Amino acid sequence: MYSLEQLARSPSRRAVVRSGLAGVFVLGFHLPARAVNEPEQPPDSTQGKFAPNAFIRIDRSGQTTLVMPQVEMGQGVYTAIPMILTEELDADFNKVTLEHAPPNDKLYGNPIFGIQVTGNSNSIRAFWKPLRMAGAAARLMLVQAAAQQWQVDPASCSTSDGVVSHPSSGRTLSYGDLIDAAGAQSVPKDPPVKDPKDFKLIGKPLKRLDTPNKTDGKVVYGIDAMLPGMKFAILAQCPVFGGKVGRVDDSAARKVPGVQEIVVLDDLVAVVGDHMWAAKKGLDALVINWDEGANAKINSSDIWDDLRAASKKDGVVAKSVGDVAKGLTQGERVDGEYELPFLAHATMEPLNCTVHVTPDSCEVWTGTQVLTRVQQSAAKAAGLPLEKVKAYNHLLGGGFGRRLEADMVAAAVRIGKQVDGPVKVVWTREEDIQHDIYRPVYRDVISATLSGGKIAAWKYRIAGSSIMARWAPSIFINGIDIDAVDSAVDNPYDIPNFQVEYVRAEPPAVPTGFWRGVGPNNNVFATECFMDELARKAGADPIAFRIGMLDKTPRLKAALQLVAEKSGWGQPLPARTGRGVCAQPSFGSFIATMVEAEVDEHGEVHLRRVTSAVDTGIAVNPDTIAAQLQGGLIFGLTAALWGEVTIERGRVRQSNFNDYRMLRIDEVPKIDVHVIKSGEDPGGIGETGTTAGPPALRNAIYAATGVALRRLPIDRKAIAVPGKA
Amino acid sequence: MNLQINGENRTFDAPSDVPLLWVLRDVLGMTGTKFGCGIAQCGACTVHIEGKPVRSCLLPVGAIGNRAVTTIEGIGATPTGARVQKAWLDVEVIQCGYCQSGQIMSAAALLAVTPHPDDSDIDAAMAGNICRCGTYVRIREAIKRAAGDGQT
Repeated sequence: MYSLEQLARSPSRRAVVRSGLAGVFVLGFHLPARAVNEPEQPPDSTQGKFAPNAFIRIDRSGQTTLVMPQVEMGQGVYTAIPMILTEELDADFNKVTLEHAPPNDKLYGNPIFGIQVTGNSNSIRAFWKPLRMAGAAARLMLVQAAAQQWQVDPASCSTSDGVVSHPSSGRTLSYGDLIDAAGAQSVPKDPPVKDPKDFKLIGKPLKRLDTPNKTDGKVVYGIDAMLPGMKFAILAQCPVFGGKVGRVDDSAARKVPGVQEIVVLDDLVAVVGDHMWAAKKGLDALVINWDEGANAKINSSDIWDDLRAASKKDGVVAKSVGDVAKGLTQGERVDGEYELPFLAHATMEPLNCTVHVTPDSCEVWTGTQVLTRVQQSAAKAAGLPLEKVKAYNHLLGGGFGRRLEADMVAAAVRIGKQVDGPVKVVWTREEDIQHDIYRPVYRDVISATLSGGKIAAWKYRIAGSSIMARWAPSIFINGIDIDAVDSAVDNPYDIPNFQVEYVRAEPPAVPTGFWRGVGPNNNVFATECFMDELARKAGADPIAFRIGMLDKTPRLKAALQLVAEKSGWGQPLPARTGRGVCAQPSFGSFIATMVEAEVDEHGEVHLRRVTSAVDTGIAVNPDTIAAQLQGGLIFGLTAALWGEVTIERGRVRQSNFNDYRMLRIDEVPKIDVHVIKSGEDPGGIGETGTTAGPPALRNAIYAATGVALRRLPIDRKAIAVPGKA
Repeated sequence: MNLQINGENRTFDAPSDVPLLWVLRDVLGMTGTKFGCGIAQCGACTVHIEGKPVRSCLLPVGAIGNRAVTTIEGIGATPTGARVQKAWLDVEVIQCGYCQSGQIMSAAALLAVTPHPDDSDIDAAMAGNICRCGTYVRIREAIKRAAGDGQT
């Protein structure tokens, strides 16, 4: 039923479809305001089909194809989006097929960003209403077509599993029988959507549509693209950020069996071979003298010195309530500074891009979170107009923000221009980790006062890179990066005097980008660590302390109460074992998390149990919500326990999974996720576990040892029994 | 050169030092086996040689000889492999899925020698397979289900 691998293997399929039946009915689906206002172009594969909008195609046999505007990178959106569309369309969920959207911001732009972007945990938030309307409009047109044929009132018809029925006469017509007549209907502008109490699919833990092919090797990721006559390339960029290629001696490399070509560009070298091993051996045999440039002097200590200095300056005020200066002079004052390291993404599927570049065409096969940017980047690198570039998306072997960038595409196209025929450019794991676009270092300075067991004033200053200023400069306004202050300006606690400032501080040499959890990673960590320090100062239980200030955020309060109940909060624990909590209102979801951990005498941390309670509004697929929390928590806990990229002489010290550690199955405890029933619109979920894990773990360590760590990753020496580290 | 892969004799042209991973993927076009790290740290490239799990990224094809190679494309033909695949779907283990070929191969190899693994057996057999999406909790549950040992 699901044949994305065939789609990926035959890029010409759209052309085949296009040459098919005539008599097209096409109507562009209008996305809300921030998308695009230009006239929509029809997508490619609508011929001979009922195609009332960009997402739905029904052919004469009744086969329903759904075009996915958001990409599947594990988060379950290739199940949730079909659930939403099918719910309103009343098609048979078990018979739909899926297609990756082609690059087209007008048709498939994310309503929040205005371009094709999958990120910021907003696929369902952004598309919830547009997709329901799209499904409902299509259903209504099919009903009207049937009602006309039967000469009955459309209101007397019903729909289910791809069939329109007229119950009082017993007549039925399948959607496939109605495609021509439905296509002749005008598209309803404001079709009624279902009352949530009538949902048949939404809210049920349905099986994912993308997973069967992931159990038997049939799935095709970008790295699996195979083309006739394809060659394979491995690249090397200067180990020092920004460095250039100096001299290259390729005499030994050319003798390696299977090496076909050696491509030398100003900033990278690639070896092209019959297979990856030939390319790898060829690369190892090259003697490259790099022109390392000015960044070769930079070390992590320089970067931290700069950031600490920057964090002492006043920032741009992102939010101010009451009188924070006055509030900080009254009551018991507490100060804290929190620091987070550079992180690599380390998607399991290493970066890769397959290209076929000719003088007047360029084709690109990859898995990306930003397909139109990939197309644009390829066009620029190829020196071709956009319409000469075709870009085919794939399922992603992890995104985590790394595939919000198109650097791997530009590099592949520049290499591909030198190669006759298609070439697959794959980054080794070492290249992937050492030439990432890193989660920035952050430093947060917080001052607060306590009065009567509550927070009277809160001054919070973030210092760190602005990713938005590079990635979406048009929304970097007045010196405020809305991502960098996310979950800081919307602090959920009732605080009468409150201020958040942002200091943009770009680290020298190191490129920075989005990383799962984005801005809230930093702000939830600092906020929730500091909340525990304040609770201790107030002599209060950490959960009770938070709940006392959550009257304005009842959904978070309820999540905290549930996690307290489910996690065994307050029950006795062995020595050097603690429970820590994190409460967060991030990404439109309200989540409370408890981590229970033991710190052994050597300072090693053993995770014992994790419990989360999540109110994400209507849970489209509750099992996916639970899975995203479980996985996101492990992603965050991995970073808290091990994640740090360090810079030495302008280059990244870490290189592979031996020195950039991941949590493994033997280190992961039971994780219970409790999904709270809610009728609110859906919130985001993909990044929430990642932001929740680190502060909850740190607070567990604080409870276990009394040591208030203020930096990640966890410093084992600081929490070991003295003399036992 | 010849290899017995998933019960079939496959002939191909490659130097004997090429790791099996690249013969499978680039020479034979069997892309179900994944490249993850190249240094046997992540397990994404796990295949079976005579039923035992092996990291194909470091195994030269010349060292295999007549021994039977089983990959993710063929594991469903074994009863244990089919049970593991089904359990993976029943428990809905998979997220991005990139590591799951290797996870399934490691799990099938475990169950073939230890039909009813306990948690420490699972830890020992599966700790070499990294999952960046963090599906470990469900992998553990799915292995127990495939073993017929039900929910944890």
